[in-house]
Amino acid sequence: MKYLYLVWKSLWRKKVRTILTILSVFIAFLLFGLLSALNQVFGGSADLANAQRLVTLDKISIINSLPSAYLQRIESVAGVERVAHASWFGGYYQDPKNQFAQFAVDPERYLGVYPEVLVAEEQRDRWMRTRDSVLVGRDLMEAFEWSVGDRIPMYSSIWTNKSGGQVWDFEIAGVFDSDDPRGNTQLMLIQYDYFDEGRAFGNGTMGWFILSIDGAGNAAEIANAVDTQFANSPNQTKTSTEAAFAESFISQYGNIALIISLILTAVFFTILLVSGNTMAQSVRERIPELAVLKTLGFQDKGVLGIVLAESTFVMLIGGGLGLGVAVLIVNVLGLVPLPGFYLDGAALMQGGVYILLAGLLAGIFPAIRAMRLTIIDALSRA
Amino acid sequence: MSKDLVVLTDISRTYQKGKEKVEVLHKLDLTIEEGDFLALMGPSGSGKTTLLNMLGGLDKPTSGSVRVGNDELQNMSSSALSRWRANNIGFIFQFYNLLPVLTAQKNVELPLLLTNLNGKERARRAATALSIVGLEDRANHYPRELSGGQEQRVAIARAIVSDPNLLLCDEPTGDLDRETADEILQLLQALNRDHNKTIVMVTHDAQAAEYAKHVLHMDKGTLATEVAA
Ligand SMILES: Nc1ncnc2c1ncn2[C@@H]1O[C@H](COP(=O)(O)OP(=O)(O)OP(=O)(O)O)[C@@H](O)[C@H]1O
Ligand SMILES: [Mg+2]
Repeated sequence: MKYLYLVWKSLWRKKVRTILTILSVFIAFLLFGLLSALNQVFGGSADLANAQRLVTLDKISIINSLPSAYLQRIESVAGVERVAHASWFGGYYQDPKNQFAQFAVDPERYLGVYPEVLVAEEQRDRWMRTRDSVLVGRDLMEAFEWSVGDRIPMYSSIWTNKSGGQVWDFEIAGVFDSDDPRGNTQLMLIQYDYFDEGRAFGNGTMGWFILSIDGAGNAAEIANAVDTQFANSPNQTKTSTEAAFAESFISQYGNIALIISLILTAVFFTILLVSGNTMAQSVRERIPELAVLKTLGFQDKGVLGIVLAESTFVMLIGGGLGLGVAVLIVNVLGLVPLPGFYLDGAALMQGGVYILLAGLLAGIFPAIRAMRLTIIDALSRA
Repeated sequence: MSKDLVVLTDISRTYQKGKEKVEVLHKLDLTIEEGDFLALMGPSGSGKTTLLNMLGGLDKPTSGSVRVGNDELQNMSSSALSRWRANNIGFIFQFYNLLPVLTAQKNVELPLLLTNLNGKERARRAATALSIVGLEDRANHYPRELSGGQEQRVAIARAIVSDPNLLLCDEPTGDLDRETADEILQLLQALNRDHNKTIVMVTHDAQAAEYAKHVLHMDKGTLATEVAA
């Protein structure tokens, strides 16, 4: 602790340089925070072992629908507790720019498999009672400044209704929140029965099935059992975790997770080079000073530690600020309206580890140089 | 009765310069009594700094033995030597070598970071050392705010703060004007006389050497006749 003062003062030897370095570390870790949150959107882990829910969809393409008869057959698979289904409505509100997800679902089944969806009892009842009503996520309600009871026209780019038009009129029965901070509340839930009877084609099909399963561990087995059921039918299925499902949703835009990690890797190495260079310079300028410390009796390891502490300090300040501002933007202010855009503890921990790692890596070579410095050589160069 | 503080026996130091071997110190014997103030003179390259480095445990002889107090330096590991230096030696350099980022006070406290003293005690001792060199009113100044003579005083305070027996000075007045040099030399003399510090001072300046009790001349790695000052 008593060396802290020395480390701190040495850090500010060249103020402008240190501030610039801290600034670049700050930006790097701000970027890290934002991209990590983005990574959450695209479903981080596809870990089958921890799956509580599975999603069954057409093996060939998510665009293909499945026969509604599959519902009962999936329900009969051992280990499956509840099954819900959803179908893609593919609409927008007023302007094609206003894209968000609308699913046609069976209200009771849907709420059964998604207990994290919170809705006032009275509004839930109203939704179930009113065939042409929808349940709307909180974020969406706020984005469009809707109120319960509003009637809103939705334009579907896929489904023509029986009157030949593509505009569907819905009444907002209620609003839902999510128990899970990463939960998606930019979502509109339409009644399947009303939707299925109303559409001009595709009747009797369902987009995908959501299975809640009993206990973890046998998720892979259950998924396999489901898919085996339909192995010889014209519509084969693929059952996987929700995370994998989310990934397949966006994989049409390329492997975003991979792109994000490539960017992060590039950022990490850039920051290593920038601050490594700063540290190397700072050690080079201070060779006589470091030699004096050794002359006074500071151990080689002590000098190593001082230099490492300096570079770690720079990272802690810049990185800490970067992550802090990222948390502010993402979690506190919620400035980025994307479903699941959230920085969780794991991402922050990861950021913290990267900060320490970067501090040590950026400092290690200059620190070793400082450690190996022989007093006589260093002082005669003074 | 004064006793011997430093005993160098048959010291040689060779450097390998490419294929050539350069013998910088050649079979050198030297005894320094406790309480002595020794000036070391000689032409450039004669090995004065090398000899001083031996005494301070910064360099080891190729052969021969270096005893300072009760410690045989040639056998000690480099980390043991570091610890030993912190307790036994004060160094004073020609270019002061203060840390520019620290105030005079904090520069003087530096050697005490290696002790178990708490912050308050470190500050108290550094303040005492600064008052011995007459700079108590400059404690919060940074080196760049001090004159050369004042910087050297801070360096001297840093050298004495952990109360070592032996002060090693390599051309301590080499960068100072006559008047300032004399002040520094008087300070060293007072430390020798009033605080019983044993001092070895390398200098090119005959007038500076006059402040010492003894003067030794070096030439080509050996000691020439002793001249009583
Ligand atoms: N690390 C080294 N490698 C090779 N030769 C060295 C090394 N250090 C010193 N020497 C040589 O040893 C000789 C004595 O050097 P030293 O620094 O002791 O001289 P000095 O008497 O202090 O000279 P000056 O008065 O110029 O300071 C010089 O010739 C120098 O070139
Ligand atoms: Mg010299």
